[in-house]
Amino acid sequence: MAATRSTYLDWNATAPLLPAVAEAMADAFRHCGNASSVHRWGRAARGAIEAARREVAVLAGVDEDEITFTGGGSEANQTALRGFPGRRVVVSALEHDSVRAGIAPGDIVPARPGGCIDLAALERMLAADPRPVLVSLMLANNETGAVQPVADAARIAHARGALLHTDAVQAAGRIALDRAALGADLITLSAHKIGGPQGVGALIASPDLPLVPLIAGGGQERGRRAGTENVVAIVGFGVAARAGRERIGDQDRIARLRDEAERRLVAMAPDARVFAAEAPRLANTLAIAMPGVPAATQVMALDLAGVMVSAGAACSSGKVRPSAVLAAMGVPLEIADCAIRISLGWSSGAADIDRLVEAWGALYARTRVKAA
Amino acid sequence: MSERNRPPVYLDYQATTPCDPRVLEEMLPWFTEKFGNPGSVTHDYGRAAADAVERARAQLAALIGAEPREIVFTSGATESNNLAIKGAAQFHRPFGRDHVVALATEHKCVLESCVALERQGFRVTLLPVERSGLVDPARLEAALDERTVLVSVMAAHNEIGVLQPLAAVAALCRPRGILLHSDAAQAVGKIPLDVATLGLDLMSISGHKLYAPKGVGALYVRRRPRARIAPSIDGGGQERGLRSGTLPTPLCVGLGAAAAIAAAELDEEAERLLGLRRRLLANVMARLPDAMLNGDPERRLPGNLNFSFPGVPAPDLMAACPALALSSGSACTSAVLEPSYVLRALGVPDDLAAASIRIGLGRFSTPEEVDFAAETLASAVRRLREQGMTRAAAGAT
Repeated sequence: MAATRSTYLDWNATAPLLPAVAEAMADAFRHCGNASSVHRWGRAARGAIEAARREVAVLAGVDEDEITFTGGGSEANQTALRGFPGRRVVVSALEHDSVRAGIAPGDIVPARPGGCIDLAALERMLAADPRPVLVSLMLANNETGAVQPVADAARIAHARGALLHTDAVQAAGRIALDRAALGADLITLSAHKIGGPQGVGALIASPDLPLVPLIAGGGQERGRRAGTENVVAIVGFGVAARAGRERIGDQDRIARLRDEAERRLVAMAPDARVFAAEAPRLANTLAIAMPGVPAATQVMALDLAGVMVSAGAACSSGKVRPSAVLAAMGVPLEIADCAIRISLGWSSGAADIDRLVEAWGALYARTRVKAA
Repeated sequence: MSERNRPPVYLDYQATTPCDPRVLEEMLPWFTEKFGNPGSVTHDYGRAAADAVERARAQLAALIGAEPREIVFTSGATESNNLAIKGAAQFHRPFGRDHVVALATEHKCVLESCVALERQGFRVTLLPVERSGLVDPARLEAALDERTVLVSVMAAHNEIGVLQPLAAVAALCRPRGILLHSDAAQAVGKIPLDVATLGLDLMSISGHKLYAPKGVGALYVRRRPRARIAPSIDGGGQERGLRSGTLPTPLCVGLGAAAAIAAAELDEEAERLLGLRRRLLANVMARLPDAMLNGDPERRLPGNLNFSFPGVPAPDLMAACPALALSSGSACTSAVLEPSYVLRALGVPDDLAAASIRIGLGRFSTPEEVDFAAETLASAVRRLREQGMTRAAAGAT
């Protein structure tokens, strides 16, 4: 029953592979060596990996020897968080599950209603406890798009001798990354959010940081991440990183599309609520609630109309759960339950926005008639 | 005839295998038009991806006699080994189990996982093996105690190809409530493996050793009785909470397709490779009677040989055979050309260990390649020995 043309507006879950990435990967599949092997095929794989490493390094504004390729963003986050066994880990309440999982409530930095972290609270938490700390604060939130004050957090952290990790999975390719300006000691990237393949990511950290590897073994990635390198995916990541860098300029166009969607949805539904609207936001993300209509209902109605969005993070459970991010922003549960995430990407266009507005508007009209 | 421009004959199938074209074909649509996140249950893109992942899971489970729910997808066998060993140890520590047993010849990532556990205060016993490379179950039994949580024994060895007696080891572990893990990266799809018959609790699987792509693997985790392990990557709760992270749908599809092919073709392929191996062995021994075969001659992978050519250092031999893609041991450490710790554990003297070459045959190996390899190796060995003797003679005057 698939609609004739689908409108994909779930780019924060995953982005389609860029055609140039697919091409480069298809090519790499043909020299399928083990990058650690000394022979010709092994050397070809090694060369391809190092070329990709350069591209990713440029995207993040770092040196090549700071890049460790991992099996994805979640693994990179966990490598950072578990990599300093002596340090207390303090994370923001807005983090992705792969950062927040298992963190005690006392180590979670609260957020402000606007969608950004409470820096004063971070400062208090660090001041109150003399133990060495690793702070983790994402660069841009996956649900609301709110860009976090990472540079400020890094200054606060460094003043207390703490390290700062930032999950830049959603920010990469959407806002310029500059490690020096951010002041982050560790950065997480993911390929499949920027048009690369699933199954590869990177952790950025100075070679001098005493990082204990999460995956031990053959000593690949300078001992920071063992396992035969996922050559083909890494090649794809490299091409996506270059494309991502070049595409930052496209964000103005995407911001206009998003803003238009937001304006039209709110014009139709004056009681709709947009989250993190006042915060600096990724150009592509819109989190919006249609009060009284559960997110699952909205997502299904949109899906039937061929418009794909999500009700928060794409996670595993298959269940639509209340958003921890919105809860941290103090959004009442009954409103948070009605929030959907709309996220755009490089192939999104005006027609996609029209379809979204039409389908969402139709649902809104139906429910309001019922209510009246 | 431009012999020099021909790609070298690939004889390194234990380092990695080429992606089977049939596997690649199955994968391709999942890279491009069907790109969804399998965690996105709210729309068709995500649901299609989730269905594809589940199909792949069932295909892989069927190959090893498991239930689909017992398969956890990972980024590869190294991650699977880390997850199994550290995860089992960490989960059971609060119950007074703090001892881990592995063979001294295990893959580097198993040994490194053990080292990591040692740093956390676990006791680790690394068991010696026999000259054949096989473990003596009686010796293993003697190493077990009431605090042993896990035994890790590789199913088929990456360097010397030997097949360990897993069922015998399982019979020692199960009654004691000890978990048995096997790194089966080299074995899955190459020899018949049935987790139920063997009595395994945890088993690591690699994609790229099985003609699937790099960057994907799996861990079999028994459900009944349940093998309990702690996750190593927390997050969105994918893979029943044991391994968070967005699953790479195309890679999972590739692993599933490779498993289905292996299930259908394993017997025939093993028979064919066994024939090639015997042919190569006979050919080499006929030309170089003093060549020594490392590892048990019979209880080994159909596609593996490991020779020592006395007096001929492996790096010299490989350099003298540019037409062959060979290795001197495991790929992870093959950039570091030092004698293999595996051969040392077998009691192979250092000079012979330094003269060892691993030959891996696989799906696309042919009789012609095997004959060419034997001839090329034999003439290179003879040439190097003559040069060596000339040098020695020159040195003596």
